[in-house]
Amino acid sequence: MSAQDTLDRLSGIAGGSALDALRRERPVTRDNAQAGYEALFEADDETGVSRSERLTVAAFVALLHADGPGVEHYARLLEGQPGGAALSGLIRRQAEHAATRGPYGAYPPGPLSREDVAGPVFKVAAAASAELGERLSAALEHTHLLVFHPRDAKAADLAALKGAGWSTAGAVTLSQIVAFLSFQIRAAHGLRALGA
Amino acid sequence: MTATTLDHPAATVPTAFTQAELGWNAWLDPVPEEVLTERQKEGLVDIARAKSPYFRLLAHDPDILRFRTLADKDIFYNTRAGLPRAERELAAAAVSRSNGCIYCASVHSRFASTHSKRRDEVQRLLDEGVGVDIDPLWNAVIEASAALAATPVAFGAEHVGKLRALGLDDLAIADLIHAASFFSWANRLMLSLGEPELP
Repeated sequence: MSAQDTLDRLSGIAGGSALDALRRERPVTRDNAQAGYEALFEADDETGVSRSERLTVAAFVALLHADGPGVEHYARLLEGQPGGAALSGLIRRQAEHAATRGPYGAYPPGPLSREDVAGPVFKVAAAASAELGERLSAALEHTHLLVFHPRDAKAADLAALKGAGWSTAGAVTLSQIVAFLSFQIRAAHGLRALGA
Repeated sequence: MTATTLDHPAATVPTAFTQAELGWNAWLDPVPEEVLTERQKEGLVDIARAKSPYFRLLAHDPDILRFRTLADKDIFYNTRAGLPRAERELAAAAVSRSNGCIYCASVHSRFASTHSKRRDEVQRLLDEGVGVDIDPLWNAVIEASAALAATPVAFGAEHVGKLRALGLDDLAIADLIHAASFFSWANRLMLSLGEPELP
């Protein structure tokens, strides 16, 4: 029987518990949630996105969700990277400015416009941007968009990423990291509520 | 200078939620079908997906695409016990309605209608939003899904308690959690890498 996986750790699921048995009722889902995690955070990089960048974005997603177990997991991994402790401090301070509630955003103009909800567009402060660099600053701004107001996303947001040094493949990886974390944090949160 | 993103000036973007079949156009270059590597084809899982610009765009990072797709299929299609397919699709449609993903909502509202045979009630979710009043079970599924879609996540003991009181066992509730959480993944890709198009 395979050992505790990442989602188990984030959910506080112990081997042999009722929730452990429940997750093992869906082994394909269980195995592929873990394989997805390993592809993004443990495999060799093939899209020009460093491990440190991946973990910075993941920790920032967890911080924006105010998700304790996710923050602890990804910040700890980030802090084990060269320069990671400084990055962890920087994104924690950025997350304090960036925190809000989602989903908000605008629809294409038309009958749904009455449901448009205004909300903040996050920009990394100039001083922090100088430390993070253009590439990570653009990534964090894009991350905030995807986490809180994805329906506001436009082609221009991808153009901004490319202008900051992200390739097409790198932008796909970045988007998958934010989207995967959005799944993983919710699955873990839901399982914790189910086991409470 | 070459454009860094793709324009689709002839396309008409839908401005309402619908159960009709929509197209989707990418804002970044998908991998051209004729140069897909074996690994990228494996990432697509079904080779028929090579026709889709969405999946060929995601094929730039093939391994996460592959595991995403295998998880997706199991979360929705493995109906051995647990939550019926109709309610899994309803959860996907509710999360998509909450996030504002017109494309994802179109696909999964259509599946919810097919599996529940309750097309009009599904349409009311699209027309009225996640506050719609349908019946106790569907209301609870929609409410739990919207709470899972929120950031920070707003799902808690009150949702679990309501679902249990309506007769769902813990495997069914775990299925709902996975279906709703998965669409928090899918919506973000669909909304940010391109846009839907009316046929």
